[in-house]
Amino acid sequence: MNTREKEAYLREYSILKSQGKPFFPYSIAKDAIMACVVMASIILMSLTLGAELGPKVDPTTTTYTPRPEWYFFFLFEVLRVVKPPSLTPLAAIGVPTICMILLFLLPFYDRSPERRPERRPIAMAAAFFTIAAMAFLTYEGANAGSPNQIDMEAPEAVVAQGAANLRTWESGKQVVAQSGCLACHKIGHNGGTLGPDLTAIGGRLARQAIARTLVNPTAPMPAYTELDEKKRDDLVEFLAQLKGGEH
Amino acid sequence: MANLKPPLPRALRPKPKGPSEDNGKAKPGRKEKLAQKGISTIDWIDERTALSGGARWVMFRKIPRGTNWFYTLGSASLFAFLSQAVTGVILAMYYDPSATRAYESVRYLTNEVFLGEFVRGMHKWGSTVMVILVFLHMGRTFFYGAYKYPRELNWVIGVVLLILTLFMSFTGYLLPFDQRSFWATTVGVAINGTGPLVGPYLNDFLRAGPEFGVTTLARFYALHMLVLPGAMAAMIGAHLYLVARLGTTAPPWLKADIPADSRKDGT
Ligand code: HEC
Ligand code: HEM
Repeated sequence: MNTREKEAYLREYSILKSQGKPFFPYSIAKDAIMACVVMASIILMSLTLGAELGPKVDPTTTTYTPRPEWYFFFLFEVLRVVKPPSLTPLAAIGVPTICMILLFLLPFYDRSPERRPERRPIAMAAAFFTIAAMAFLTYEGANAGSPNQIDMEAPEAVVAQGAANLRTWESGKQVVAQSGCLACHKIGHNGGTLGPDLTAIGGRLARQAIARTLVNPTAPMPAYTELDEKKRDDLVEFLAQLKGGEH
Repeated sequence: MANLKPPLPRALRPKPKGPSEDNGKAKPGRKEKLAQKGISTIDWIDERTALSGGARWVMFRKIPRGTNWFYTLGSASLFAFLSQAVTGVILAMYYDPSATRAYESVRYLTNEVFLGEFVRGMHKWGSTVMVILVFLHMGRTFFYGAYKYPRELNWVIGVVLLILTLFMSFTGYLLPFDQRSFWATTVGVAINGTGPLVGPYLNDFLRAGPEFGVTTLARFYALHMLVLPGAMAAMIGAHLYLVARLGTTAPPWLKADIPADSRKDGT
């Protein structure tokens, strides 16, 4: 905006302003109605949705799935989608930092005097793209299973062995999911590639060998000695049943 | 000027004339007396603070024609902030920011205290409402081109407020100290730590050390209760001052129809 455009704007604005109504009581009244709506929404949400308190914090187990507030989902989603560890910092911090800087500097690079949305195609396109991208990432982040989820149905062999075995299998699956094994191992469609794929581990290693690996692993795999007996047994049982093939 | 003379003792003062007495009417009614009291109190304060000029400047400034409901989003954000402040103070009366007792204090508040869960719910959902309102308000100022000359600085302050709002939410999320909040925060802090240059330092600062420890909670508590709200209040003050000084934009598609009398203000 050059000086002439600035003066033109200020002149135009002062006329529009002089034709307006005073802040009190006209704008205040609208603001007050809006405040009531806000208050009513908050009270209603509190009454209907409540404030649950999860289980007490337990830093010694990595058996919990981190879930942020929903308006941070998009950030987590970026993190989830970007797989190579070398790119993670770039995605998680680099992209948001750049977006923030762009947001800060907006008035300094968009200097045209035009204010009508329909005459600012680039700004509008950028805005709609940003909104769509954030909505999409939030949606994906909300629906994606946690990074620790295993999408795997019990194989028929296990189902055939009866309900008790199936329970053990499911419980073992849960332990694996919650213990962070997926950070390094792939099971079915989920998990990373740092360690060997465990999808068919049961065909490769005996129960004792799997149990031994947990207690006395080769680096970089951490030892899982703090798991209690039951959990360890379930875990080993689950892994031993993984013969691959049907998934 | 008469006001500057040293005041007479009360008993010696002549009875001030009420406005109704000037009309030759009978004794002022109770209502008028009350109104008179109110006015003189305000005069008393104004004589010492000269606030009424500023108040009049804020309250009776003109708002351009054509402003609509989208213009209430800013004040709605402010209202949500105030609601968070009030409910937050109530929560603070029960909250214990030590790593060993935080969870228990929140559990007690939620389950035992009268209306405890309600207030906690208001604070929790209020944060969601506030984030939404701030984003909508930002959208309004963006689509209306309100960040352009002469309001660039107010946009910048607004972005600071947005970041502070998100940081409030991030630090508050840890405070209940349940599994959910702990692990989400651990991951969040770790994400911070991978940032360029300042990342690791920010990380150490947030955790109060290289590990997520006992002092981390205290640090988040101090940020959430003192530092961030203080910064926000100051920033909101600056934001509103600029709004009052520069005036809110008129909707961009509105053209001034130049009236004949506009010439006298220099056009
Ligand atoms: C930090 C990454 C990491 C984590 C976490 C991890 N592992 Fe491993 N794991 C490895 C690596 C690497 C190997 C291969 C070691 C070697 O070369 O022998 C391995 C080997 C194994 C093996 C032997 C595989 C084979 O084919 O010989 C099993 C079984 C195993 N891990 C199970 C688990 C389970 C169960 C968990 C979760 C409780 C887990 N791991 C968590 C990295 C990890
Ligand atoms: C805590 C958060 C915030 C509060 C309490 C707040 C409050 C307000 C209020 C009351 C107004 C008056 C006009 C209106 O309501 O639309 C206003 C105007 C404005 N705000 Fe905010 N705001 C906040 C955040 C933001 C953010 C995040 C931005 C943008 C990045 C922003 C940018 C602006 C601009 C540019 C104006 C001038 C609008 C105009 O003149 O039309 N504000 N703000």
